[in-house]
Amino acid sequence: MTDLSKVTVHGYRRDNGRVGVRNHVLILPLDDISNAACEAVGNNIKGTMALPHAYGRLQFGEDLDLHFRTIIGTGSNPNVAAVIVIGIEPGWTKKVVDGIAKTGKPVQGFSIEQNGDLKTIMDASRAAKEMVHYASELQREECSISELWISTKCGESDTTTGLGSCPTVGNMYDKLLPHGIYGCFGETSEITGAEHICQKRAINEEVGERWYKMWKAYQDDVIFAHQTDDLSDSQPTKGNIEGGLTTIEEKALGNLEKIGRTSQFIDILEPAEEPKSGKGLYFMDSSSAAAECVTLMAAGGYVLHTFPTGQGNVVGNPIVPVIKISANPRTIRTMSEHIDVDVSGILRRDMTIDQAGDELIEMIRRTANGRNTAAEALGHREFSMTKLYRSA
Amino acid sequence: MSEIPQLLVHETKDSVGVVVVEGLEAGTDMLVCVTHDNSTFRLTAEEAAPIGHKIALQDMKKGDTVFKYGEDIGIMTGDVKKGHHLHTQNCKTKRW
Repeated sequence: MTDLSKVTVHGYRRDNGRVGVRNHVLILPLDDISNAACEAVGNNIKGTMALPHAYGRLQFGEDLDLHFRTIIGTGSNPNVAAVIVIGIEPGWTKKVVDGIAKTGKPVQGFSIEQNGDLKTIMDASRAAKEMVHYASELQREECSISELWISTKCGESDTTTGLGSCPTVGNMYDKLLPHGIYGCFGETSEITGAEHICQKRAINEEVGERWYKMWKAYQDDVIFAHQTDDLSDSQPTKGNIEGGLTTIEEKALGNLEKIGRTSQFIDILEPAEEPKSGKGLYFMDSSSAAAECVTLMAAGGYVLHTFPTGQGNVVGNPIVPVIKISANPRTIRTMSEHIDVDVSGILRRDMTIDQAGDELIEMIRRTANGRNTAAEALGHREFSMTKLYRSA
Repeated sequence: MSEIPQLLVHETKDSVGVVVVEGLEAGTDMLVCVTHDNSTFRLTAEEAAPIGHKIALQDMKKGDTVFKYGEDIGIMTGDVKKGHHLHTQNCKTKRW
């Protein structure tokens, strides 16, 4: 048995002390109408990546806060070396730049009004080129595996996720959390049916009560306010049902296997919020839609994502490697190019959950060292921001 | 375990098991394994079911609660016989 306290990875040590496992130069639009300029810069300067998205105009209140938190959090993630921000006007653009600058990494903002797309693209391209020179000279250095922030969310779940791939992630958390990693799970609606169990996994009663209030608020304010029938085909999804899951309770109980047997969560995070209560496991209030959830956790500062799937969700993320784990032999047979860790041996009873957990930890180590995940190799870069309500 | 099980059950209290092989045919004499304690028993699959789908371990009637993971996962909306397929056609959530 490996002594996990001695396991190291080679990561990028950022100015704020955090460890990243990728080294991206981002071209980040403040708003939807700045996507074209960002994509042009991304095309001009090799080694950069534009992240077009659909929002950022006339949002207000809590929804606007979430927008800024997601954009700033994405730029601040330790997997990002440097950032260009482009917005239609300078005010909100500067707000994003100032937010990311707190990490100490290079960041520059450009605004389009009174410049036009073409001058903005030229100026931003010159700055982006310098950032690529800077980032490409940064060296990986030896860091403890305990310095990683590792999130989880499952997708296209079926009955095999509850039997195999989710307990594999749970076993990883039971082993790595005691060594000081930050963990994160979420999917608020998808705990329905297992909420009594989840609440008991809080570190103390106060956190458990806050968790229950948050879960109940989503039920009352969103589900019961907007449902037209019984959420049939949405929760569980069509894919879940095809995979054999019948009810939300069954899905939730499988989902919760991701936090293992002994792990307890120490605090609750708003969507895209960075944890501030120290090392340990957190619950993030989040959608159960894969791309949205991974985007929010990446904005919270998590640098690696572990993703159990049954039927074969193909999601990736532009800045965070998403490690796919599956126990379903049909998915392994038909969609092997999407799976990083095959734990189908659990169903054949020739692999234990403990062995599967070790294999996942080994894949986390290799991925942190630079191995591209299946989703990275296949170009999955889903950047999906969560929106709370209609813009003004 | 040399023989590969066709059906896995989480807890001894459960009323259903999960098909973990492809192409399960009606009449198969299944090896069933309870993952909690690795105990095994045999059960005949009375109908074919795709991988991942559930098979009833006992007769259940409309209104009965279905148990998996040792927990309540929903209510029967029709009857099911031991060894038969249990899914959305005869079971639903109690939540919405």
